[in-house]
Amino acid sequence: MPFVLSTMVAQTVAFWIVAVAMAVAAIGVVRSQNVVHAALYLVVVLAGAAAQYILLVAEFVAWVQVLIYIGAIVILFLFGIMLTRAPMKPDGPLDNNQRFAAGVVSLFLFGVLTALLVDAYGNDQVKPTAKLLAAGSPANIADSMFRNYLVPFEVVSMLLLAALVGAVVIARRD
Amino acid sequence: MTLNNFLILGAFLFCTGLYGVLARKNAVLVLMSIELMLNAVNINLVAFSAFRANVTGQVFSLFIITIAAAEVGVGLAIVLLIYRNSRSVDLDQADQLKG
Amino acid sequence: MLDNAWIIPAIPAVSFFLILFFGKRIPTKGAAIGITALGTSFVLSCVAVYQWIDRVESATGGKSEGLRALGRSLIAHSGESKPVVEPVLHHITWWSNSGIDFGVGIRMDGLAVMMCFVVTLISLLVHIYSTAYLHNDTRYTHYYAMLSLFSAAMLTLVVADNTLQVLLGWEGVGLCSFALIGHWWEEGANSKAALKAFLTTRTGDIGLLIGITVLFWAAGSFDIGKINAYALSPHANHGMMLVAASCLMVAIIGKSGQFPLHTWLPDAMAGPTPVSALIHAATMVVAGVYLAARLYPVFWNGFSIGHGGVNFMVLIGGITIIIGALLAFVQDDIKKVLAYSTISQLGYMVMALGSGAWVAAVFHLFTHAFFKALLFLGAGSVSHSGSHHSFDMKKDMGGLRKFMPITFWTFIVGTLALAGIFPFAGFWSKDEILLTAGKSGYTFFLVVGLVGAFLTAAYMTRCVYLTFFGEYRGHGHPHESEPVITVPLIILAVFAALAGFLNAAAVHVEKFADWVEPRVSFPVLVHPAFDYPTAILSLSIACIGIGVAAFFFFKREELGALNGLTERNKVARAGYNFLVNKYYLDVLYENVIVASIRGGIARGCYWFNQNVIDAVVNGTAKGVRVTGQWTYDYLDRKVVDGAVNGTAEVTAESGGLLRYFQAGRVQRYALYMFAVVGLLALLLLIANI
Repeated sequence: MPFVLSTMVAQTVAFWIVAVAMAVAAIGVVRSQNVVHAALYLVVVLAGAAAQYILLVAEFVAWVQVLIYIGAIVILFLFGIMLTRAPMKPDGPLDNNQRFAAGVVSLFLFGVLTALLVDAYGNDQVKPTAKLLAAGSPANIADSMFRNYLVPFEVVSMLLLAALVGAVVIARRD
Repeated sequence: MTLNNFLILGAFLFCTGLYGVLARKNAVLVLMSIELMLNAVNINLVAFSAFRANVTGQVFSLFIITIAAAEVGVGLAIVLLIYRNSRSVDLDQADQLKG
Repeated sequence: MLDNAWIIPAIPAVSFFLILFFGKRIPTKGAAIGITALGTSFVLSCVAVYQWIDRVESATGGKSEGLRALGRSLIAHSGESKPVVEPVLHHITWWSNSGIDFGVGIRMDGLAVMMCFVVTLISLLVHIYSTAYLHNDTRYTHYYAMLSLFSAAMLTLVVADNTLQVLLGWEGVGLCSFALIGHWWEEGANSKAALKAFLTTRTGDIGLLIGITVLFWAAGSFDIGKINAYALSPHANHGMMLVAASCLMVAIIGKSGQFPLHTWLPDAMAGPTPVSALIHAATMVVAGVYLAARLYPVFWNGFSIGHGGVNFMVLIGGITIIIGALLAFVQDDIKKVLAYSTISQLGYMVMALGSGAWVAAVFHLFTHAFFKALLFLGAGSVSHSGSHHSFDMKKDMGGLRKFMPITFWTFIVGTLALAGIFPFAGFWSKDEILLTAGKSGYTFFLVVGLVGAFLTAAYMTRCVYLTFFGEYRGHGHPHESEPVITVPLIILAVFAALAGFLNAAAVHVEKFADWVEPRVSFPVLVHPAFDYPTAILSLSIACIGIGVAAFFFFKREELGALNGLTERNKVARAGYNFLVNKYYLDVLYENVIVASIRGGIARGCYWFNQNVIDAVVNGTAKGVRVTGQWTYDYLDRKVVDGAVNGTAEVTAESGGLLRYFQAGRVQRYALYMFAVVGLLALLLLIANI
């Protein structure tokens, strides 16, 4: 099917561009010596993640990602940075002395995981079936969430409430 | 699209986030690295959801996003408190649990 | 009264307590209580005697009653049939345990009532006599209390129906003897004499205890009737009877002053004279003879008395006769003469029993009680009024017959009775002993008895001469004693003179034998008819004895060479010394046996105790202590504590090491965690590929 083939090729190209951008930005997050730069790199990673969701026919999740993650969480981060940064002073070194060990562990874990994944899933393909296309629609998600996962939904909302109250209490100036 | 692409991307992000958690001194940067890890998990979930054409994965990832938001809120509140008490968010100096 | 004969010992026992508690406060200081009590007991004993005689006579078929029967029976002929007359038995069981019966009781037969009569009569006379003899004595009341206790114990022994009661009475009289001999204990010699008496008789009492036990095992009972029946039965164990008889013989040797345990009797003269009269002449010392008479079947069986020949009993009796008589010759103390005379006469009784002359022995006991008590009380009268409280014949007496006629004549009566001169009591009883011994096949002992008779007559004549004849050598003012003393002497003299006629075999009067000899559980004994040759022989020997001694003393100036023989001749001197030192028996007992035990053996035992036994004990203790110390040092401190401390040290060290991992830095912990997770993941991966 040429349509499918070209779509597949286009998606793969798009995937790779976004993936490389995300990888570089992720490394930027953990290696940048400026906190604000790190936050901005994080924005790139989050945006890239949203793009990947769209590629995976999960529009709703992608938009929620943009809204919540980039729209709220990053703002929170920036506020946190602002409040915890000594003004008029450059950031000191932002890495501690176990960089090397951490790098080794991360690489090691990455290696293990990759080996595992390659061994497990080999050349499995994500097929763009009609079911897939219908899966990510908000209607479907809503259907699933409010029917099958209603209780977790409610629990999560309680959790949000607790987190909200907790954050206010903890950070209160008294 | 090859499923493994997404999964390996997710693994990479996770390990990068792990490096950041272990190697960064600033508490806020550690929280950011945790976000990276969570995002990696999300990508994994959504990829599997697409692979199986099952919406459960996406629902799950929504929950994770929610939880991440709550966690960042509380985490930053704590970091703020630490900053107020010790004028620094350097984790190397938060070693009162030293044995 | 036969049924209630227990009252006879009970009255003196009660009087003992009354005198002890109230004696000092009443006017006569207790003497009245004692005299009343003994008087009552005497009267009751007389009633018992009368009842027993009546019992015997009515069983024999006597038609008349009361005194008429007594009179008729006295002139009746012997040789009539002797029906069985049972003794009167009453028993109260104190407690009974697995078939063994412990209790008290009475066994009233002729022997018992005779002894009750004798004991109560002489005790009563001694009580009356002592009011004058011990006038103003420091312990007057206690003396009367002990006299009452003695009478009670002796009477308990006499009426006893089981051997344990006999033992009770036996020990009681031993105790009272000790107390009364040591009445004037301020003098060391008196208390020593009391101890000697007590301990010597105690040595004999071992035999009594063992004998009673053996008899119990053999016969299965303590009852005297059962024991006698057993001893005479065909299935009696002869070996056990022999053992029991030998043990009881040891007791008799101790209590009745036989050789070799006779040494306490002369020393017992340290007590007051009335005590000597009562205890060491008439009553206590005959307890052994009485025991033998009571349990005669045991001796009859054990020593095979019926078969003739020498047995332990007759041998000891014979030896005692001779040694007692010989020692009486060298005494200066009048009481010691009488003491050795008692030993000798007791030897006669034991010899008689050993040769089968039961009636003779008991009759001699009866008569001896009267004349010996008479002699002792006479000696007491002499000392009280004649020799200024001294008993030394050579130094303080002599020629007293002029001053003390009543005492002199009663003493003569006693002497003649003792020597065995017709018609006094001693003649009849001693003659019967000699006769029965000769006729039962113990001819050697007949000879011994005759020799003894000769010696008895001789030494008594010496004693009478030294006391009543010659010149007065003393320092006091001799005079006759008061009636309280002389009246008992007269009463006893009457008995000494006439008592023999109760068994005057010559005129066929054998009432004593009829009344006293048991007819139940008793062996068949030889009763020889009166034999004139033997009687004349013994009488003449006694007269010769008196004559020789009289000649020696009265005609001293004409003797010449014989005079002072022992001072000049070495052999005679040695013989004299041997006698004076009482055959060196006292030396043997005190200086050899006792001293070696007290000295060497006791020291040896002490050494053994301190060095061996204590060494073992101390060594064990030390060993335990050393072990304990070692256990503490090594096991406790090093091993146990080491383990405990070691565990703690290891924990601390490991904790110290682990501490380095806790730097307080969270990221460090996270690093460790993830590193391990990665490793595990790798492992799982490898395992599952």
